[in-house]
Amino acid sequence: MESFSIVGSQLLIGLSRSMILFIVAAGLTVVLGVLRVINFAHGAMYMLGAFLAYSVVAWAGASHGGFWVALLVAPLLVALISLLVERGLLRWVYHREHLVQLLLTYALVLIISDVIKILWGTGFKSIPIPGELAGSVQFMGGSLPVYNFLLVGAGPVVAVCLWYFFSRTRLGKMCRATATDRETVDTLGINSAWVFAVVFSLGGLLAGLGGALIAPTTNIVQGMDVAVVVKVFLIVVVGGLGNIWGALLASLVFGVGESMGIMFWPRGAIVLPFLISALLLIVRPNGLLKSVW
Amino acid sequence: MPKILPAGSRSWWQLGAILAVLLTLPLVISQYNVYLLTLILVYALLATSLNLVLGYGGMLQLHHGVFFGLGAYTVALTVTKTSLPFWAGVAAAPLVAAFFAFLIGWFCVRLKGLYFGMLTLALGQLIWSVVYRWYELTGGDDGIHGIAVPEWLDSITAAYYAGLAVVAVCLFVLYRIVRSPFGIGLQACRDNSQRSESVGINLRRHRLIAFVIGGFFAGVAGILLVLAEGSVSPDVVYWEISAEIMIMCLAGGMYTFWGPAVGALAVVFLSNFIGAQTEYWLLILGAVLMAIVLFMPQGILGYLQEKWSSVSLRRAAGEKHVAG
Repeated sequence: MESFSIVGSQLLIGLSRSMILFIVAAGLTVVLGVLRVINFAHGAMYMLGAFLAYSVVAWAGASHGGFWVALLVAPLLVALISLLVERGLLRWVYHREHLVQLLLTYALVLIISDVIKILWGTGFKSIPIPGELAGSVQFMGGSLPVYNFLLVGAGPVVAVCLWYFFSRTRLGKMCRATATDRETVDTLGINSAWVFAVVFSLGGLLAGLGGALIAPTTNIVQGMDVAVVVKVFLIVVVGGLGNIWGALLASLVFGVGESMGIMFWPRGAIVLPFLISALLLIVRPNGLLKSVW
Repeated sequence: MPKILPAGSRSWWQLGAILAVLLTLPLVISQYNVYLLTLILVYALLATSLNLVLGYGGMLQLHHGVFFGLGAYTVALTVTKTSLPFWAGVAAAPLVAAFFAFLIGWFCVRLKGLYFGMLTLALGQLIWSVVYRWYELTGGDDGIHGIAVPEWLDSITAAYYAGLAVVAVCLFVLYRIVRSPFGIGLQACRDNSQRSESVGINLRRHRLIAFVIGGFFAGVAGILLVLAEGSVSPDVVYWEISAEIMIMCLAGGMYTFWGPAVGALAVVFLSNFIGAQTEYWLLILGAVLMAIVLFMPQGILGYLQEKWSSVSLRRAAGEKHVAG
């Protein structure tokens, strides 16, 4: 029974980690799928989401539902910043080669990290888990933190929203059409430049949401983006570029794999995500599910 | 094909002048600046070795730094964990790096574009995580300190001169490689893989060989890092260094031979000298990179060469006009 509860809590931790990874990766994968830009700054947007969530909670007050305000406001602010970045910078380099775009987004990483240092300082920040979700529930003799259930729930909600957006709304269909054939979309009288702007903002929104969701469970600190961005890039490619369901699948493999791995091989678990993705890329180089590229 | 170096004896004079400056500089600058110059040399070699893969091979190598780290760790482990002499480590480092480059490259050269890049990233991070967690061998995140080097190399000035000699030789060899039939074939594969294959160039073999040569020279740069720092930590295997050297290639000009070295100079200079002036040097570095992307997408050296060649073309045209 003892071991069963450990498995249960590890599974919950793994699932909640997977869902954070998925939300961030989904943002990256739609940007890659439609804009075909390798956006190194995606991790920085995630970090920005966490810092903005901290400020919103500090402003609204943690005890007055500040977290829920932050969960709404922080991603929207990151989306707005992404919109400015896309309109002000990225659109000038779409016709250039991938590496030049990559250099630009890397420059953004440096700039954002220093802007964060200027606005929030170098120390780490934290926000409390909202009162309604604090504590843990007893289950099969183990205690499971309630907040993780929110994370586990958030992933599928985001997945369904994205599915609805891309397959049922006019704007979402325009995004998919632009990803497939931009020229034809332009001849049909759709302004594909604005589709790009929308998709990049959506990517920022998801990165910011991931950052805001993880904020109560971790130290909000400079450099929290570095480890995440590598994993998220691998998830996107392993899942199939531009494929949201692929990203979900790969996130589950990464998150649950790592948390289960910790039980059997505590010191080696850090190796697992890279080992898994290397093996998958060797066996299925084009990703688990169909890529849009 | 992009021009690698203006042909003729003038360029050799320029190189000679740069070498003369590099030889005399340590006599007039402080110890700390000699250390920075040594770092610039190390990164110049590392970035140039990456550029063989990235610029000349057209392969999206996202984790070249791992071979640099493997070279450094090979020296460090040979000195601290075995009774073998320092020189055994020096001899082994590039070979170990090249061996791992062969293993990784063997899988990667089958893939293209972003998939290639992601597999290099995954396998590189795999090596990093092993180095990071294998406390018994590598000391984990503590790294390895106090690596004893031969007495005559045990000052930063000596390390600098040794580094200068090694980097000069390595860059000369790399220069000959990109100018060799192999190097031309590699660039042909980059520019038009289908046509190259149809005229009988073995694409995968060319790419794999370039990948291994790049790894070999990154391993050499790893030895020089140990000489300069006297210690190693898992950070040298982490992907951030790989990103930095890629930035050096792109900022300096990846379609020129000397571009990555110029990029190394610019990045190390900016991060240390501006870093001494202001806390927010990343902001400035980011702004400079952004300016490079927007105004000189071919990189600093690529931009300058374009300017120079248009000036000299105009001058040549003018002379012809006068003569006519």
